[in-house]
Amino acid sequence: MTVLTLSKAINEGLRKSLEADPKVLIMGEDVGKLGGVFRVTDGLQKDFGEARVVDTPLAESGIVGTAIGLALRGYRPVCEIQFDGFVFPAFDQIVSQLAKQRLRSLGHITMPVVIRVPFGGGIGAVEHHSESPEAYFAHTPGLRVVACSGPEDAYWMIQQSIASDDPVIFFEPKRRYWDKAEVDTTAALGEALPLTSARTVTEGSDVTVLTYGPMVRTCVEAAVAAREDGRALEVIDLRSLAPLDTETIVASVRRTGRCVVVHEAPVTGGLGAEIAARVTQECFYQLEAPVLRVGGYSVPYPPSRIEEHYLPDLDRVLDAVDHTFAF
Amino acid sequence: MAVDADGAVAAAPGSADLDGQAGSRVEAVQLLTPEGERLEHPDYPLDLTADEVKALYRDLVLVRRIDTEAIALQRQGELGIWASLLGQEAAQVGSGRALGPRDMAFPTYREHGVAWCRGVDPLKLFELFRGVSHGGWDPAEHNFHLYTIVIGAQALHATGYAMGIQRDGLVGEDGEAVIAYFGDGASSEGDVNEAFIWASVFNAPVVFFCQNNQWAISEPLERQSRIPLYHRAEGFGFPGIRVDGNDVFACLAVTRKAMQAAREGQGPTLIEAYTYRMGAHTTTDDPTRYRLAGELEAWKLKDPVERVKAYLVRTGAADAAFFDAIDAEAAEVGRTVRNGCLSMPDPEPTAMFENIYAEPNALVQAEREQFAAYLDSFADQEVAR
Repeated sequence: MTVLTLSKAINEGLRKSLEADPKVLIMGEDVGKLGGVFRVTDGLQKDFGEARVVDTPLAESGIVGTAIGLALRGYRPVCEIQFDGFVFPAFDQIVSQLAKQRLRSLGHITMPVVIRVPFGGGIGAVEHHSESPEAYFAHTPGLRVVACSGPEDAYWMIQQSIASDDPVIFFEPKRRYWDKAEVDTTAALGEALPLTSARTVTEGSDVTVLTYGPMVRTCVEAAVAAREDGRALEVIDLRSLAPLDTETIVASVRRTGRCVVVHEAPVTGGLGAEIAARVTQECFYQLEAPVLRVGGYSVPYPPSRIEEHYLPDLDRVLDAVDHTFAF
Repeated sequence: MAVDADGAVAAAPGSADLDGQAGSRVEAVQLLTPEGERLEHPDYPLDLTADEVKALYRDLVLVRRIDTEAIALQRQGELGIWASLLGQEAAQVGSGRALGPRDMAFPTYREHGVAWCRGVDPLKLFELFRGVSHGGWDPAEHNFHLYTIVIGAQALHATGYAMGIQRDGLVGEDGEAVIAYFGDGASSEGDVNEAFIWASVFNAPVVFFCQNNQWAISEPLERQSRIPLYHRAEGFGFPGIRVDGNDVFACLAVTRKAMQAAREGQGPTLIEAYTYRMGAHTTTDDPTRYRLAGELEAWKLKDPVERVKAYLVRTGAADAAFFDAIDAEAAEVGRTVRNGCLSMPDPEPTAMFENIYAEPNALVQAEREQFAAYLDSFADQEVAR
């Protein structure tokens, strides 16, 4: 067991993938000498060279578009988008090209491209550096969308994403980059929890709390606090946002009868809306209360001095839990 | 080729003033005049046998015939839409025949002539325009990527593919290269400009082949650029050259040289093939709303097919029997693609659930099963009828 920060865990996972397959490439802005603005790719260019860890020109569509071309040539590019808000210049290449190459070719093409996106707020940043754009991509057929929440999962999930023959949008909770945990880097990739599976983080019988990315820690803290009130929250880290592990979700809600979905993104049209619809359909007779959503308001991400009021926190999660018992 | 901003330079050997209007000279590499007269250019020597010229003529005639048949099929409701290449045959056949078997091409949705040169069955193109598939051929089988409809997006794919060639160590002697097709309209797209930058800074083995057909649907070239398009290359740090896009010899020679330079590690070239979209943008378009008929008439005099015929007649390389045989073959190709189109089956409704992901996907699988069950629920009713 090694204690790693989340950013170092991704770094180690990338290193493992680069070692395992010479076709794996890393490309993005400042990923080389600098090691990325969050140092996630620190030291990789030094060890694997400029041909495999590529400092690209500053244009996100170009990063993803050329990654598609490299994948067509048999490479497995891992693109870094520097911040969530900068993924939109690459939006066409992701949703109209990357996601559709396979269907367009009737299965002749595989697109093993990973796009890493640091996402979420809480770091006191300026505009475009705190957003949660995952729903746009989860809405796009042809893409897989995952979000890690801690070092152990980050280490394995990045390697699984690179090994996937389908394009994966890989969301990293930037405010948790410095969270530390033990990671067993000696285990085999095949033994890790499958990338499609959700993980039950805390077990509980009263309310199912579904979340992912940076909100997992918030919800676990809420579960600890709720225990003092005699309520047992079952916190599930979804991990895979597209496709969803509906089996795990439905099994839990059928037991608890209550469900709260928590994410930083605006609730309108967000992942929570999709999850609420599915839970309602599959658990209608077991539900004791409507599925509630806790998330960002339907406003652009606010200036950082008031972001704490926008972001869901422990109290807002517990408030929603209280509401599910008020019905 | 020395041309100033106004193009007001007297034509050099092997160069031509394509517009022929005082004050708006458009100089370009030309090896075959519209009258079928052969020109020499010091930088682009081209030695073709009579059989090679006849083969190019055959390509030109057959791709035009396929195009004509496709337009007719669209008018009869058999294709949903068609993007005609009429007028651009020489640009496509010339550049397409300049490629080696290991070179890779990235087309737009109008590159039927290049597809022909790469051995793609025209019926695969018809599948797309009929609505049977979104393409469906294997790009690796033909070294011809799928048609890309979002304007300019493929320029980046081509550049990335060229970066892959570099990483495979296949630049240099016995090297490979990539050609990216796009049009004058696409030259305004960010993706094309980003591709120029990538190709330039990484010295990628890619040739950018811009068919300037003067029109982006209804918008004339002046709405895309105030300088000749090939001049843009200089700002990105690689050579740009203009070629008479209606001259199959010049397109062949210029593309060959640029591809060879790319293969050898000299990096990208921008080729502007100066041509004309003689038809509508697609079969849904009506060019009479935005351009004058006289313009088309002027370009008809520069027809890319007729000038090769004139050359073959002028040099005595081909006789009437040859032209009759090509015409007969064209008629046969027309019948073949027509019959192939008419007998093309629709895909099964459940086909929409296939080839989305390489790996099993629970959501797609579940929805496919729901849909199949829904379809099955009508089975009894069909029997009753």
